[in-house]
Amino acid sequence: MSRTKRAPWRGVAPATLDPNKPRLTTSAMIASLAAEGQRTSPAPFGRALVELGRTRPEIVGMTADLAKYTDLHVFAREYPDRFYQMGMAEQLLMLAAAGMAHEGFVPFVTTYAAFASRRTFDFISQGIAEEGLSVKICCALPGLTTGYGPSHQATEDIAIFRGMPDLTIIDPCDALDIEQAVPAIAAHDGPVYMRLLRGNVPLVLDEYDYSFELGKAKLLRDGTDALVISSGFMTMRALETAKLLEADRVSLAVLHVPTIKPLDTDTILREARRNGRLVIVAENHTVVGGLGEAVATAMLTAGVTPKFRQVALPDAFLDAGALPTLHDRYGISAEAMARTIRTWL
Amino acid sequence: MEARTTTLANAPSLEERAYRIRRNALRMGEVQGQGYIAQALGVADVLAVSYFHALRYRPEDPYWKERDRFLLSIGHYAIALYSVLIEAGVIPAEELETYGTDDSRLPMSGMASYTPGMEISGGSLGLGLGIAVGMALGLKRKQSDRFVYNLMSDGELDEGPTWEAAMSAGHWTLDNLICLVDVNRMQADGPSTGVLNFEPLAPKWEAFGWHVQRVDGNDIPALVRAFDVARAPGEAKPRVIICDTKMAKGVPFLEARDRSHFLRVEQHEWAQAIKALDEGRKA
Repeated sequence: MSRTKRAPWRGVAPATLDPNKPRLTTSAMIASLAAEGQRTSPAPFGRALVELGRTRPEIVGMTADLAKYTDLHVFAREYPDRFYQMGMAEQLLMLAAAGMAHEGFVPFVTTYAAFASRRTFDFISQGIAEEGLSVKICCALPGLTTGYGPSHQATEDIAIFRGMPDLTIIDPCDALDIEQAVPAIAAHDGPVYMRLLRGNVPLVLDEYDYSFELGKAKLLRDGTDALVISSGFMTMRALETAKLLEADRVSLAVLHVPTIKPLDTDTILREARRNGRLVIVAENHTVVGGLGEAVATAMLTAGVTPKFRQVALPDAFLDAGALPTLHDRYGISAEAMARTIRTWL
Repeated sequence: MEARTTTLANAPSLEERAYRIRRNALRMGEVQGQGYIAQALGVADVLAVSYFHALRYRPEDPYWKERDRFLLSIGHYAIALYSVLIEAGVIPAEELETYGTDDSRLPMSGMASYTPGMEISGGSLGLGLGIAVGMALGLKRKQSDRFVYNLMSDGELDEGPTWEAAMSAGHWTLDNLICLVDVNRMQADGPSTGVLNFEPLAPKWEAFGWHVQRVDGNDIPALVRAFDVARAPGEAKPRVIICDTKMAKGVPFLEARDRSHFLRVEQHEWAQAIKALDEGRKA
């Protein structure tokens, strides 16, 4: 469809709106993914970085005018002389971080995932990754975590970054995952891209026997009908979905894969080989080029061919609006996911 | 070992250094039959003053912590940097013959992972100055008094990140950052004035908060004065030396040739070029 002709508009004129249908409002910039009443933890990234900074004086924080919106302001408040406000200049941000890393520092760099992936790819590739520099690029608003529309929705960030050699990619699930991932990626000698959840971040994984390990997938619950392989907050949604489906006597296993690259293919294949289960990859990302395709490649290459489905965002520029509406619309809310999985079983 | 300086009693003159840099570049070009030779000849004087007057470094220890950093943002100028690194003793002279060949440490476009003394992988143009900003910030953080030099081309003035970095260096008052702009007015698609006019250059840098000097980049005494001013304590500003250079400088018949980004030199002409250069050698 050509967008050079503006009509029909993507939105709907007021006269044609259904007056009986409730309409949610697009959240402000700091929108929490947490459902009402859900347990959360405030600014896990910022707090973990402050904690780590106590023993790692070489860690510095750098941002492109988004400290407040990536929770880096927590670090800046604690260590004002270790915080570098680089201005709204993401390309420079990545290059300056490279320069800092050349001098032996370990920069934690923040911006939005859309800007880091689309705008600064070459600067990360040639300035940082090709040189093997230890820069940690931590980005808020991954996938569909904002209602601002395609300008801010980084639905393809993992597809973009998976092509970059030597780059480690982390997609944590919740506050606990983020808190544990921060020291782990700092200890890793090399460039890292990590997706961030910010503000009041849901706390889920403390109820499971779980700890973050770089490069490791973890089975959070076992089940006999289907195996959900998931990353990011879609692991939280998968766990919710599993509970919803219990009522239908559907038994769902959930394998959390917080490290997208390098992929823990051993664990993934071990679980995928178990007979008869439908394998579903669930991710907060387009169906193109993300965890789903990575898992499919790993399975096919190893000759493992279970029935395979994806719960992921469509290959499209997504709508603007309120997150709950959009998550339902694109099938990544727990309810939508449960509905979809029922049709597959 | 202290920095190499021209005060050593028996040290070759900077003019002699520049001649040898040009000769190394021509020999690399001769071996491979190609190379960014016009740029190398043009920038040789700037490199001679950089490495044999201004920079502090140890040839036997290219990553000595107390060195001045010299970034080659323009990756395709690698032939010029190899030439000066050979003259400085960082790279053995016999390695020159491997320029641009399979598995050589001297690839056509400069990369830090290949070559001792190559600080960064330039080549994707417009990266150097931003990295230099980060290094200058890092050095200040370490309370080091070393300088970061960034050698860039006028073509890189087209790149947006150059100006993000320029504004940032002004903002952070990075007086340990010295940017060298090689203005030879020739880009891949033709004269810079036609590709994307970057003049007036000095007021642009001044407006971004830089201390600006503009010199004839093939006039060694003028370059020495400019480097001395740039390195002297003064205003808390980053420093830029805009160097107007002549493509293919030192080889008159190549200077006169139609200006081209990738200068075509016939196989038999390399020896003639070296001969012409030798004839112009200052005693």
